[in-house]
Amino acid sequence: MKNPLVALIVGILIGVGGLYFFLPYDPLSLIGGDTRGVVASGDGEARASAGETLRRVRDRGFLQCGVSQGLPGFSSPDERGNWSGIDADFCRALAAAIFHDPSKVRFRPLSAKDRFTALQSGEIDILSRNTTWTMSRDTQLGFDFVGVTYYDGQSFMVRKNAGIETAKDLAGGTICTEMGTTTELNLADYFRSRGLSYKVLSFEKNDEAIVAYDRGRCDAYTTDASGLYAQRLKLTDPDANKVLDDIISKEPLGPAVRQGDPQWEDIARWTLNALLNAEELGVTSGNLDEMLESDNPRVKRLLGREGAYGEAVGLSPDWAVHAIRAVGNYGEMFERNVGTETPLGIKRGLNALWTEGGVQYAPPVR
Amino acid sequence: MAMEDVTGRPRPPMRSRISPVDWARRNLFSSVGNTALTLFCLWLLWLAVPPFLDFTIFSAVWTGATREVCLGPDKGACWPLVWANLGQFIYGRYPEDEIWRVNVVFALGFAAIVPALIPSAPAKRFNLIFLLVIYPLIALVLLAGDRPGLRPVPTSEWGGLLVTLVVALTGIVVSLPLGIVLALGRRSSMPAIRTVCIVFIEFWRGVPLITVLFMASVMLPLFLPEGMSPDNLLRCLVGVALFSSAYMAEVVRGGLQAIPAGQYEAARATGLTYWQAMGLVVLPQALRHVIPGIVNTFIGLFKDTTLVLIVGIFDLLGQVRAQLSDPSWTVPQGALTAYIFAALVYWVFCFGMSQYSNFMERRLNTSRER
Repeated sequence: MKNPLVALIVGILIGVGGLYFFLPYDPLSLIGGDTRGVVASGDGEARASAGETLRRVRDRGFLQCGVSQGLPGFSSPDERGNWSGIDADFCRALAAAIFHDPSKVRFRPLSAKDRFTALQSGEIDILSRNTTWTMSRDTQLGFDFVGVTYYDGQSFMVRKNAGIETAKDLAGGTICTEMGTTTELNLADYFRSRGLSYKVLSFEKNDEAIVAYDRGRCDAYTTDASGLYAQRLKLTDPDANKVLDDIISKEPLGPAVRQGDPQWEDIARWTLNALLNAEELGVTSGNLDEMLESDNPRVKRLLGREGAYGEAVGLSPDWAVHAIRAVGNYGEMFERNVGTETPLGIKRGLNALWTEGGVQYAPPVR
Repeated sequence: MAMEDVTGRPRPPMRSRISPVDWARRNLFSSVGNTALTLFCLWLLWLAVPPFLDFTIFSAVWTGATREVCLGPDKGACWPLVWANLGQFIYGRYPEDEIWRVNVVFALGFAAIVPALIPSAPAKRFNLIFLLVIYPLIALVLLAGDRPGLRPVPTSEWGGLLVTLVVALTGIVVSLPLGIVLALGRRSSMPAIRTVCIVFIEFWRGVPLITVLFMASVMLPLFLPEGMSPDNLLRCLVGVALFSSAYMAEVVRGGLQAIPAGQYEAARATGLTYWQAMGLVVLPQALRHVIPGIVNTFIGLFKDTTLVLIVGIFDLLGQVRAQLSDPSWTVPQGALTAYIFAALVYWVFCFGMSQYSNFMERRLNTSRER
């Protein structure tokens, strides 16, 4: 073996052979440690069967949560790699309800394209990734949406000094948007149905569109309202711009689970409902210990002091206590991640409780 | 190439006695056309370079703890964003208290690669065996864990430069030997082997890498039974390695074509076997011819690794993009700053490879220049 090339090839062969024969374990299964915990279901189908998902999650010891690859306020990694945002917090609440420990969750960032496959193939237990709840997704893809964590909708950003108060004032103006998305179609629907004229300037990427708007090439920039608030931070003078109150499309964002495991679906749905009910009843992560002593029957039922609501879905009676302690009630979760105190500065709007003029309404725990 | 005298040593370069003004007059302003071109280029440089330097250096914000330091008019690049997220850019979401494992892997790799690249360093054979056999095993065990005392870290938590290097180095290390075997197979006189190699090469060269990755990541899990799907990163590694092997095979074949058939026939006539003739006579000459092509493929591969982004794996660029979504560091010039940083990192690696290839070429070609 005088030739380094032969040594190289032999070295590689020995290396690969060594991997397989000299290690006391199968290296492929080692690398595959990520998915190993996902045990194949008995019938080998992608559908979950009743009670299966909870058992699998408990065996594995953590929840696999599909999130976005980075959307401010919903799921984005901070400088230490911790995921923050409403979608990430919902998974923490779910992990806390199951394990009584919000850290027992692993986040799996997914692109818009592979999010559904990941849920179908069982790589993740829940998809909490700013996904719009539509009929086709709910009925044809084999998922069930468990509720709405954020009522989003398309809106417009305009310059404050332009004197534009409603979307109708934009008639005849130029609007910047992203190419080939439903955003463009919604825009056409809105203006055509009202017989108004408009010009559209489409860009390949969001970032290009916002720069064009910032340089004054168009009068307004349109995308989903939550995205507008995030993009506003990229403007040279964010305070000189505002987001209109008009919403021209419905984008209810919510978590989804695989179809066929009603228990798992119930756990996810009622964890979300518990967070909403907690806000309605004034239960916060701060006053939780006092609230445990409350005489209010509705609070008692929510916190598991009365009845056996948690047991009915295979959890402990105080499941909601752990979820609320982990992330706070829905309002706290909203304010911490996207609320007016954060850089995003989003007002509650539609996402206020029904008692305060919004549409967030959770069925009662009883 | 430096001029050489009869002794084979390079002659010292001729001292130029022309002044810069003369040089400029002779080379830049020798005719009306050249003058116009020179002025045009100077104008372009004037348009591009000062604003770039101003953005990246003179108006840049260098220190700070929050996004507020980067806000305001006339602020350039927001470097604190890069400093704050540097850990994420390098390690991705690798658990913070396990990062020493990545550092050990980096340090070991560095310690093994540097002497392997220096021709005069001793113990070359042991060095290569360590680098290609022992080191990958150590790296695998350390990075993935799952041994007593080591916490398992699933590959979905790897990210940043770590993933870029893992994908690129795996591709580079696998593609060269596999490419050589494929190139030899394609020139083989045995029809079965030749057909297999041609089909393999033409198949992988015919599909875009992005399709390969997408098939591996999105379609494969649907074909396999639930829970059977191998690790996502592993799927991509295999895809990248096979893909680059096909390209490498064609580069190597180019070198093989350039060696006259007489070389091989003479080698066989002296009693060497096929593999001896190839390994001792033909390949050493052929590979020397195609060093630029091989390194070109390596550099292309290094930059192509960023395509794993679309299948949900965060390489350096993916991690940069993900961190840009953190509202606590969202600033107007944030994307530009982070992308300039990413470009710089890629440039350092690619330029390093290209310089090393130049060095090897000069070293190996000395016999030719004489």
